[in-house]
Amino acid sequence: MLIRPAVPQDLRSSEITPEPLYLTRREWLAAAGLTVGAIAGASALLPREARGQQAPGKPYGLQPDDKPTPWEDVTTYNNFYEFGTDKSDPAEMARGFKPRPWTVRVEGLVRKPASYALEDFLKPSRVEDRIYRHRCVEAWSMVVPWRGIMLSDVLKRAEPTPGAKFVEFTTLYDPSRMPGQRYPVLRWPYVEGLRLDEAMHPLTLLVTGLYGRDLPNQNGAPLRLVVPWKYGFKGIKSIVRIRLTDTQPATAWNVSAPDEYGFYSNVNPTVDHPRWSQAKERRIGEFLRRPTLMFNGYADQVASLYAGMDLRRNY
Amino acid sequence: MQERVKRMQRPRWWTWAVWIAVLVPGPAVLGVLVSDFVLGTRFLGSNPVKEGELVLGQWTIKYLVAALAVTPARRLLGWNWLQRDRRTFGLAAFFYGLTHFLWYALLDIQLDGAELAKDLTKRTYIIVGFTALLVMLPLAITSTRAAIARLKRRWVMLHRLVYVVPVLGIIHWWMSVKADVAQPILYSLIFALLLGWRGWRYVEANRSRGLAATVHNGPD
Repeated sequence: MLIRPAVPQDLRSSEITPEPLYLTRREWLAAAGLTVGAIAGASALLPREARGQQAPGKPYGLQPDDKPTPWEDVTTYNNFYEFGTDKSDPAEMARGFKPRPWTVRVEGLVRKPASYALEDFLKPSRVEDRIYRHRCVEAWSMVVPWRGIMLSDVLKRAEPTPGAKFVEFTTLYDPSRMPGQRYPVLRWPYVEGLRLDEAMHPLTLLVTGLYGRDLPNQNGAPLRLVVPWKYGFKGIKSIVRIRLTDTQPATAWNVSAPDEYGFYSNVNPTVDHPRWSQAKERRIGEFLRRPTLMFNGYADQVASLYAGMDLRRNY
Repeated sequence: MQERVKRMQRPRWWTWAVWIAVLVPGPAVLGVLVSDFVLGTRFLGSNPVKEGELVLGQWTIKYLVAALAVTPARRLLGWNWLQRDRRTFGLAAFFYGLTHFLWYALLDIQLDGAELAKDLTKRTYIIVGFTALLVMLPLAITSTRAAIARLKRRWVMLHRLVYVVPVLGIIHWWMSVKADVAQPILYSLIFALLLGWRGWRYVEANRSRGLAATVHNGPD
């Protein structure tokens, strides 16, 4: 008698790539009755509308037609000028970069300034998987399954003093390890910043992984910021310093071209970049463009942060 | 004399090289775009529409360099046989510029009328690039033998407009780049050499003519 192997006949090669595996794993966890407490817990901090979408195991705030962008695109189409200015440069130039050991310093207007080994910095926080839309200021977008911790966790532990109003982030400066820093394309090191309330928002992540794996070097290993309602360049990579301040930080792109890149840089389809429209975006992998959503689709969660502000002036 | 005749001859492989260089890149870019979307290949990377647009713009610049290099190559190297390719390079620059524009309008912004109108009236780098294309248009139209014969001296005057095109093209490219201007700088230097050489020759010619006039009119 012929014994048939228990392999589905229609198994496609895509079904064994990391992306779908990653997604079905969540469903499997939920089906097995394992609560993904991380996400359920975080959703308690979100407004009610947001919470509706945040059922355990479901990705954050995604539209039904948002499908995670393949690993290959997420890891080969990068703006990370520290490793070259072509989109394909970072994947190549960062290959030999060693993201460990790594030290992160938290300082400025906090009661407990300290330097941490990365492992100690991450240890007290709950690691979460979240799928976010990612909108680049250049009018392309992706959907990325990040893994990370909430920035608010880190900040609360450092205990900001009442005078703290902003958070400033700084990338490693080491031209011997980041060859792009040998050229004055931007003012090095790269600096980014958030208002304290933006930094404390539950959507704001410090990311250490992608698709359930360690963050690849070209994506900002070992530690990067992800603020899903802002243009991608706000998500500073390879962070070595987090400093709380009472003045608005001078951010890299704002210093480079203040009329093109503002401090806030919230995704906003109604405010054009001086050189192109922001009304639409091209999702990587798609031919037809999609309309860009206000605050990249996270308006329910974050619009209140900007109540009464003129977003045309505070671009 | 023997030497002179030899230099006039065009290497046979050259004719083929020119035709391949001019005819292949355009269809190739379109072909790999279709392949990337239909077959899932990655010739143009993760954002094939944008990449193809950039590649076509860069080919426009390269053919402009080729067209403007013909006269210096003849004068400095004696490659007179290159003369026959000058029109080919110029027309290639025009057609790649046109394709670059059509790619932008049809595939990139996908005929979004409001966006097109705004780009062409409000966004300086697009206005500059489009102007470069408009300047090339009459040059392309009058590139036939008949037009050359009919326009005579006016043809020469008209085709001096070609010197404006690389200037506009480089400004367009430079302004479209976010921060890394290394490539626009490189091509600026190349065009500066090609145009500067002409300027220098013009000044020299005027001076020697002036000198000759002085000698002729001078007291004796």
